[in-house]
Amino acid sequence: MAPETTAMTDTILKVEHLSMKFGGLMAINDFSFEAKRGEITALIGPNGAGKTTVFNCITGFYKPTMGMITLHRRGGRTLLLERLKDFEINKKAGVARTFQNIRLFSGLTVLENLLVAQHNALMRASGYTILGLLGAPAYKRAVADSIEKARYWLEKADLIDRADDPAGDLSYGAQRRLEIARAMCTGPELLCLDEPAAGLNPKESLTLNALLRSIRDEGTSLLLIEHDMSVVMEISDHVVVLEYGQKISDGTPEHVKTDPKVIAAYLGVEDDEVEEIEEQLDGGAV
Amino acid sequence: MRKMGRTIQEMRPHRRTASRGKQMDYFVQQLINGLTLGSIYGLIAIGYTMVYGIIGMINFAHGDIFMLGGFAALIVFLVLTSLFAGIPVALLLLVMILVGMLVTGLWNWTIERIAYRPLRGSFRLAPLITAIGMSITLSNFIQVTQGPRNKPIPQLVTDVYHFGDITIALKQIVIVVLTAVLLAAFWYIVNKTPLGRAQRATEQDRKMAALLGVDVDRTISVTFIMGAALAAVAGAMYLMYYGVSSFTDGFTPGVKAFTAAVLGGIGSLPGAVIGGLLIGLIESLWSAYFSIEYKDVATFAILAIVLIFKPTGLLGRPEVEKV
Amino acid sequence: MSPVTEKGETSLMAKAIREGIFAAIISFFMFLLFVGVETYQDINNALVWRMRWGLLFIFVAIAAIGRFLTVAFIKPHLDARKLSKAKSGILEISTQKSFFHRHFLKIALVFLLVYPFLMMLIVGKQGSLKYVDNFGIQILIYVMLAWGLNIVVGLAGLLDLGYVAFYAVGAYSYALLSSYLGLSFWILLPLSGIFAALWGIMLGFPVLRLRGDYLAIVTLAFGEIIRLVLINWTEVTKGTFGISGIAKASVFGIWSFDVGAPNNFAKVFGLASSSVYYKVFLFYVILALCLLTAYVTIRLRRMPIGRAWEALREDEIACRSLGINTVTTKLTAFATGAMFGGFAGSFFAARQGFVSPESFVFLESAVILAIVVLGGMGSLTGIAIAAVVMVGGTELLRDMSFLKIIFGPDFTPELYRMLLFGLAMVIVMLFKPRGFVGAREPTAFLKERKAVSGSFTKEGHG
Repeated sequence: MAPETTAMTDTILKVEHLSMKFGGLMAINDFSFEAKRGEITALIGPNGAGKTTVFNCITGFYKPTMGMITLHRRGGRTLLLERLKDFEINKKAGVARTFQNIRLFSGLTVLENLLVAQHNALMRASGYTILGLLGAPAYKRAVADSIEKARYWLEKADLIDRADDPAGDLSYGAQRRLEIARAMCTGPELLCLDEPAAGLNPKESLTLNALLRSIRDEGTSLLLIEHDMSVVMEISDHVVVLEYGQKISDGTPEHVKTDPKVIAAYLGVEDDEVEEIEEQLDGGAV
Repeated sequence: MRKMGRTIQEMRPHRRTASRGKQMDYFVQQLINGLTLGSIYGLIAIGYTMVYGIIGMINFAHGDIFMLGGFAALIVFLVLTSLFAGIPVALLLLVMILVGMLVTGLWNWTIERIAYRPLRGSFRLAPLITAIGMSITLSNFIQVTQGPRNKPIPQLVTDVYHFGDITIALKQIVIVVLTAVLLAAFWYIVNKTPLGRAQRATEQDRKMAALLGVDVDRTISVTFIMGAALAAVAGAMYLMYYGVSSFTDGFTPGVKAFTAAVLGGIGSLPGAVIGGLLIGLIESLWSAYFSIEYKDVATFAILAIVLIFKPTGLLGRPEVEKV
Repeated sequence: MSPVTEKGETSLMAKAIREGIFAAIISFFMFLLFVGVETYQDINNALVWRMRWGLLFIFVAIAAIGRFLTVAFIKPHLDARKLSKAKSGILEISTQKSFFHRHFLKIALVFLLVYPFLMMLIVGKQGSLKYVDNFGIQILIYVMLAWGLNIVVGLAGLLDLGYVAFYAVGAYSYALLSSYLGLSFWILLPLSGIFAALWGIMLGFPVLRLRGDYLAIVTLAFGEIIRLVLINWTEVTKGTFGISGIAKASVFGIWSFDVGAPNNFAKVFGLASSSVYYKVFLFYVILALCLLTAYVTIRLRRMPIGRAWEALREDEIACRSLGINTVTTKLTAFATGAMFGGFAGSFFAARQGFVSPESFVFLESAVILAIVVLGGMGSLTGIAIAAVVMVGGTELLRDMSFLKIIFGPDFTPELYRMLLFGLAMVIVMLFKPRGFVGAREPTAFLKERKAVSGSFTKEGHG
């Protein structure tokens, strides 16, 4: 990746006053946050807090009831994500995602999964199939490049030995890594991960952390939803906490860890007890 | 296309010359005809929708089950009228319907056991193909055993009532009333009995229902029998209404009823009935005011248009994409 | 295999007998009305009936004995075989293939190339007509149609129940444009394909966002709409009478097959006049069209668009998250499939010399779909085998006049053709729910090409 002239702390994603209503239920209520370029931003919160809904709004699977989602691309272009169609979020805005319950093309091989991810680039190279059918050399080069790109990500995700096996045949942890590799093959600027560590054993979890850090270090920003606090605290640069569709905390992992509101939300205490905890924490700190 | 428009103009009855009252009578008459036809479609559509709801398959053979019901009624009619010459029409009809329900119920039960159950839980298209195979088998079975010719019977119910310019045949009343009674009974079974609860549970989540002690196989079998029984009533009504049966009878009403089920929202019981009535009405009104030739085109076109705006039918649960 | 205990044997027998009796009772009531009673019109044209106890008895006996044999012998045998297979650990797809297996495609191609001449050698010029036309051409038309539908159903996973509509569009395009404008087959063949593809896009555009069975019924409805319009738009299509006297295809305009033409094929080469030449020529035309379909399908599968089709079948939501425009992807699948249907249609019109709405009923769509599914969705070889078995099998039943010796002169095997076809569909599906060839060939590989077992592939929602 070419080194950026702009500071690494500029904003890549800005969510403002996001609200999402399902029938009478206000799943997200006036939620705003920012994700910085080159950082890993984590979105956490108790079950049912609305994290996946926020995700689905950002990645175009839901149309938000209200609010603005702005994405700043590297060239300085800004896009309003809520105005894009679902597939354009990836194609035009460079936002890729994974799913909480893994969605691989299980009947295609691992390699084919990664080639499908490069669909738009390959389509262009194949002259929308016509040049490709005629066997144009430019297309052949593009195909070779796409296989090299796939090989690069297979090696990074430690899947190179399984390249020719059906994706459905992989273990759970390997499927998670493949889904991330597949998303990266679309060449995104922002990678959104929906509970990437769910169901992984501690060893697999460590490998995943390393993979995510290396993705960040190569210049892709990450936004992740996570339940596993050890993962969040270990790798995130910035944490946003959501409860009942509203933001209750926002800051560095250290800040959020000690925020009494967050502790209350996770332990499930009454509002008036929050102060008590606050006092206790202050006492502990002294 | 322009040419078609002109024929439509020509086909219109003399609406300008007719008085307002006459127009109204004509319209009501068409409504009654449509309601009658729609009742029959609705009865068949329930079978499609129930089976779809419970095991998620399009039972393509259901139209032919309806045809079997019609043939059973026809044969019972012939046997009874020749053995007991003076049999009252009401009793005759009752026996025709009951025997038809039993026989077609038995057929559908057997078909489910042989052709669908072994494929349950496998490939989604496999039971669809066996259902199409069964549909071909059933209609050709009747062709082989009963001959390819149309089978006419004398009019069973001939009474006609006049209300001004509107004519209502007794057979139309019988069809509509019988349909209403059956629907009420059916609604009661599905909503108020343990059997209905088992059906609804199986529909929601087959595995969970089995874990909670619902005999899923039996519930599915009963669903097929119930669907067939309603189709058999429709078959007998169809025979009574038109006075003729043929081995090809399964296809067109079958497809229309299927269309009705989808139009109403497949899986929804009230949807099936409403869809059936709507299709009956579209058909009779289109035939009356536009062109009889294009009545089926109109039906299918309206289905396509409705689905474009409401992709899961009128009363279907909107499909939420789980991401 | 472990020996079955004496007790197990007798209890199995008892169970089989019980099941047999049960089947007898059930089948008695099932067949009592439909087989036991014969309805027919007497001299006064009134409907009367008589009993057929003998026939009823045969039906019941077949059901009872069949059930008895299934429970007592066939099922234990199948279970034992499955068990021994599982024990020995041999996978379904064996790596050791016979010579015939490995070179199946080449052998099949060579056989097809020499088939018309082989038939002429064996049964003579006139005798070969039946084998070239009824078997060769007929089967190849279905192979082509099924390969075309395979793109929609097998690759993209879209359930299309109205495929025959595009076949009809192709056939009528040729019939009408050649009758009214006098255009030749070689101009109209590509045109028909383009028309069919345009219809595919027109019909597909509004409905392709529908999912699963809703899409199925709308495609069925479109198939019916096209057929009904063909029936009723009599000014143009001549309705149910159909269009007859459609021009024959020529050998690229050089030699004609019209008897009166000066460049008549037989005349030019000084051969005795016969309709065999035209049929042989048509055989090679449809063979070439089939090979074109196969070639394009194989090439497209390895292109980004083909991969996107298969990905769409596997998971539509994931496709959208990867930036794939699912609407245009579905439309291209629909249009490509329709195009091959159109080609086949114009060929059909040229071969028959006559088209009528009769040829484009729902049953045809169902048969084509059945061939695709029976063959194993996505597998060209499997689909070709299914077409040979199903279409060839029913064609064989057309001339089984020797059966009359067994069943008496009243027996018309023709009547049982579709009955057996329907039963065969059910039986094949029960034994091979994933079709003849369930495995999938990957389109790209790093180290080695390994077939993907059918248990991983999905069948699409739409």
